[in-house]
Amino acid sequence: MRNDHSPTPPSADTALEATGKFNVVAHDVPKVDGEGLVLGRPAYADDLAPSNALYVKLVRSPHAFARILSIDPVKALALPGVACVLTWKDCPRIPITRAGQGNPEPSPHDRFILDEYVRYVGDEVAVVAAESEAIAEKAAALVKVEYQVLKPVLDFEEALDNPVVIHPEPGIHEMFPIGFEPARNIAAAYRMEIGDVEKELAASPVRVETTIHTQAQQHVALEPHTAFSYIDLHGRLVIVTSTQNPWHTRRLLGLAFQMPLHRIRIVKPRIGGGFGGKQHIHVEPYVAMVTMKTGRPARLALTRREVFEATFTRHEMRVTVRLGANPDGMLRAIDMQVLSNTGAYGEHALTTFMVAGSKTLPLYNKAVAVRFGGHVVYTNKVSAGAFRGYGAIQGLTGLEAAMDELAHRLGVDPVELRRKNMLHEGETSEVFRIMGEGTEGIAMNIESCKLEECIARGKELIGWDPGHLVREVAPGKLRAKGMAIAMQGSGIPLIDMGSARIEFQDGGFFKLHVGATDLGTGSDTILAQIAAEELGVDMEDIVVHSSDTDHTPFDVGAYASSTTYVSGSAVLKAARSLKAKLIGAVADKFGVAPGDVIYKDKTFRTADGTQSLSLDDFSYDTLYHDGAKMKTIEVTESFTGDKSPPPYLAAFVEIELDVETGKVDVVHYVAVADVGTPINPNLAKIQIEGGLLQGIGLALYEDVRYSDTGHMLSHTMMTYPIPSREDVGRITVELVDSYEPSGPFGAKSAGEIGIDTPPSAIANAIRNAVGIRLTEYPFTPERVLAALKAAKAQ
Amino acid sequence: MNITLHINGKEQPVECRAGEMLTDVLRRSGYAEVKRGCDTGNCGACTVLVDGAPVLSCSYLAVRADGREITTIQGLAEEAKKFAEFLTAEGADQCGFCAPGFALTVLSMKEELSDPDEAEIRHYLAGNLCRCSGYEGQIRAIKKYLEAKHAQ
Ligand code: FES
Ligand code: FES
Repeated sequence: MRNDHSPTPPSADTALEATGKFNVVAHDVPKVDGEGLVLGRPAYADDLAPSNALYVKLVRSPHAFARILSIDPVKALALPGVACVLTWKDCPRIPITRAGQGNPEPSPHDRFILDEYVRYVGDEVAVVAAESEAIAEKAAALVKVEYQVLKPVLDFEEALDNPVVIHPEPGIHEMFPIGFEPARNIAAAYRMEIGDVEKELAASPVRVETTIHTQAQQHVALEPHTAFSYIDLHGRLVIVTSTQNPWHTRRLLGLAFQMPLHRIRIVKPRIGGGFGGKQHIHVEPYVAMVTMKTGRPARLALTRREVFEATFTRHEMRVTVRLGANPDGMLRAIDMQVLSNTGAYGEHALTTFMVAGSKTLPLYNKAVAVRFGGHVVYTNKVSAGAFRGYGAIQGLTGLEAAMDELAHRLGVDPVELRRKNMLHEGETSEVFRIMGEGTEGIAMNIESCKLEECIARGKELIGWDPGHLVREVAPGKLRAKGMAIAMQGSGIPLIDMGSARIEFQDGGFFKLHVGATDLGTGSDTILAQIAAEELGVDMEDIVVHSSDTDHTPFDVGAYASSTTYVSGSAVLKAARSLKAKLIGAVADKFGVAPGDVIYKDKTFRTADGTQSLSLDDFSYDTLYHDGAKMKTIEVTESFTGDKSPPPYLAAFVEIELDVETGKVDVVHYVAVADVGTPINPNLAKIQIEGGLLQGIGLALYEDVRYSDTGHMLSHTMMTYPIPSREDVGRITVELVDSYEPSGPFGAKSAGEIGIDTPPSAIANAIRNAVGIRLTEYPFTPERVLAALKAAKAQ
Repeated sequence: MNITLHINGKEQPVECRAGEMLTDVLRRSGYAEVKRGCDTGNCGACTVLVDGAPVLSCSYLAVRADGREITTIQGLAEEAKKFAEFLTAEGADQCGFCAPGFALTVLSMKEELSDPDEAEIRHYLAGNLCRCSGYEGQIRAIKKYLEAKHAQ
């Protein structure tokens, strides 16, 4: 299969226009930390933990829902080498959320660091710390816990108004109205309507309806969640942790432990992948508790099983889409109704659910009536949280299934149906104004959208022929094609803020300090590229330091596809201001007006050519030689987007479906994306490529499976396999020329867009192969076979 | 119990428990380049060479390594740097957590297979998972690295 790659048409000249326009930006600069990471230099939290740190282990709930009657630590404490056993009685009873989001968080504060109740198998019960990992493990097993086992709610379809209430405890609350109704097992709810959807649907000559169920998915970042903590010289709590959002982590811990924030420092070292999975506090509170209790450094690296059972998954959703259209295919109405499963706690409940609509519905902005609504419910499963795609992938999977069904109904090319209805440059959608992330949205005109170009190139690469979307290549083996389009965002407008500080150093180089959080994406590299481009220097003249609440300026963190656009804009602003300051200082030295100084090739010259000074020489002058005029030349700038320009992607897939076994293989996946100017085309492409593979995993086999008592069955990488390099055929990613006027050097973000299309495009290809709309993800061979059988029986 | 490991050409006496895996002993002894990704022998992040052959150190009892030659990526740092150049040139590296184990397997493949085609490369490296990339850039990097080696 994998050796049988479909022929790829000869690549056209794919050099991007932008590459010719810039010196550093839009070039494939190698990642600044690349070599060090290949060599395995100590970089991640667990590599850096002090050797005298106590090892922390968590006692976890064996029940899906229970009340803790008693915790007896005597035996554990008697074990030599055990430093402490901490329970809910050892932390303040303050409801918090573990979700790293803006302040106030759109997630309800429905969780305690440790609680009297446990709400899923794996929920934290007690914290044990000991001199070695082995002793800590042994001690954790010796902590005796007595439970009153309660009846759990496991099926999200049965959660709403179930007599079993998962959150009966007083004191939990929403931070602002999000439709939080714990007595009904509702974490959040929302609805909006543009025009009159029922009326438009009734008047539409053609109507389709699809209901799609997407499953929970695990992030499986290769580095498990890891943190260590210690008390520094000044008595402050320092936590080094694999986090995507150091500032949110600091703020949430301050709330949880009722500590002033100036007592806490959060440091993000290298992170071994996040994908949203580290946009939360999962390990930090527990090392902090131990360090605060014992005064000793403490370390905790979750086991892979703990990551599976007790961090976060993607929200499982049921998405129903109804479309009404005219016979010519023009959409009149879109109705999207969603039920989302947030698991035991409501982290990212409202926002992932709203993104299911807000980052999909604008794609088809021609419909006159649009409605979105539904509920996010609690169940006694591990919490869902942020995960790349963040609701958009679930919503899109419903929407793109319905669009293809409409194309089938009308007998038209699904590509043409989309082109007719989709968003174009210069247009807008009412949805932008109405739906934000937990709040009202922000109206925005689309200044860059090259979906047409993406589609045209994608068709060429896959060899799209609407009359021949399926063929039998061998008896029982069908090759079929399918497609989908997607949009995402570039940060959350007027909420996400990033900052950058640049300081001129002796030797003529620059220190770039950013709060932005490189979780493996290459953001340190691309932010340095932006600075180097604007300052007219080389990559090695920029030294990047990121994500330390003591030493770098603020940034909300790496999520919501924000880094390139939001943090990148902050870097560009800072570089621009700093350049002006440098020129101003040199003008002063030259005794001319700043307008008379020309800066080029790392050298300042007067316009008349009489004076010149190199950047290098000037660096010594300003720091060592210029007497009373000596100064540090530095600048800090911040950026908040007043819009969130979406990146776009057109995807075309060729699958092979074996009707005997039901197995579906991806032969070739083509993704052509508009991310504006790619600051680093290679790194933008690998972001998309990695997203695609995760999306293919979601479509075909990744599944979080539970027993009927709520115990996770897929809690190892054996039972929850992720795609290996033998599992997929060819993946082709290309970028089209595009320029976003509001972005740094024309850039938009690229972190999430890659994951959105595979479930849709693969489902549509299967539909084209066998005429069956599969609605239950993932499409395992068993499910495909069952669907084929059911179709035959009819 | 006390055992003696030969790590990257250096003799190192270490203490370990009977059932302890090699990953834990190596990490505890300061070999941070040996990563712990899954604990179940599925991801390849913990790959080391034992007597020249790649093994998953998370599933390899430390006592079995007593007296054997263990090589981590740091032991092949010079060659690893060369491969890293190709990897980063392709932009095929992301979080890097898979990288030391993956690179070590590439270097071992280079010794073992003379002129592998793409399918053979994918197969040899199937046990080295990467969650960040789609593997395509890595394949390009490996091919170019092997070509450059052959040309030498
Ligand atoms: S940690 Fe050994 S294979 Fe994953
Ligand atoms: S680069 Fe992150 S797992 Fe491979």
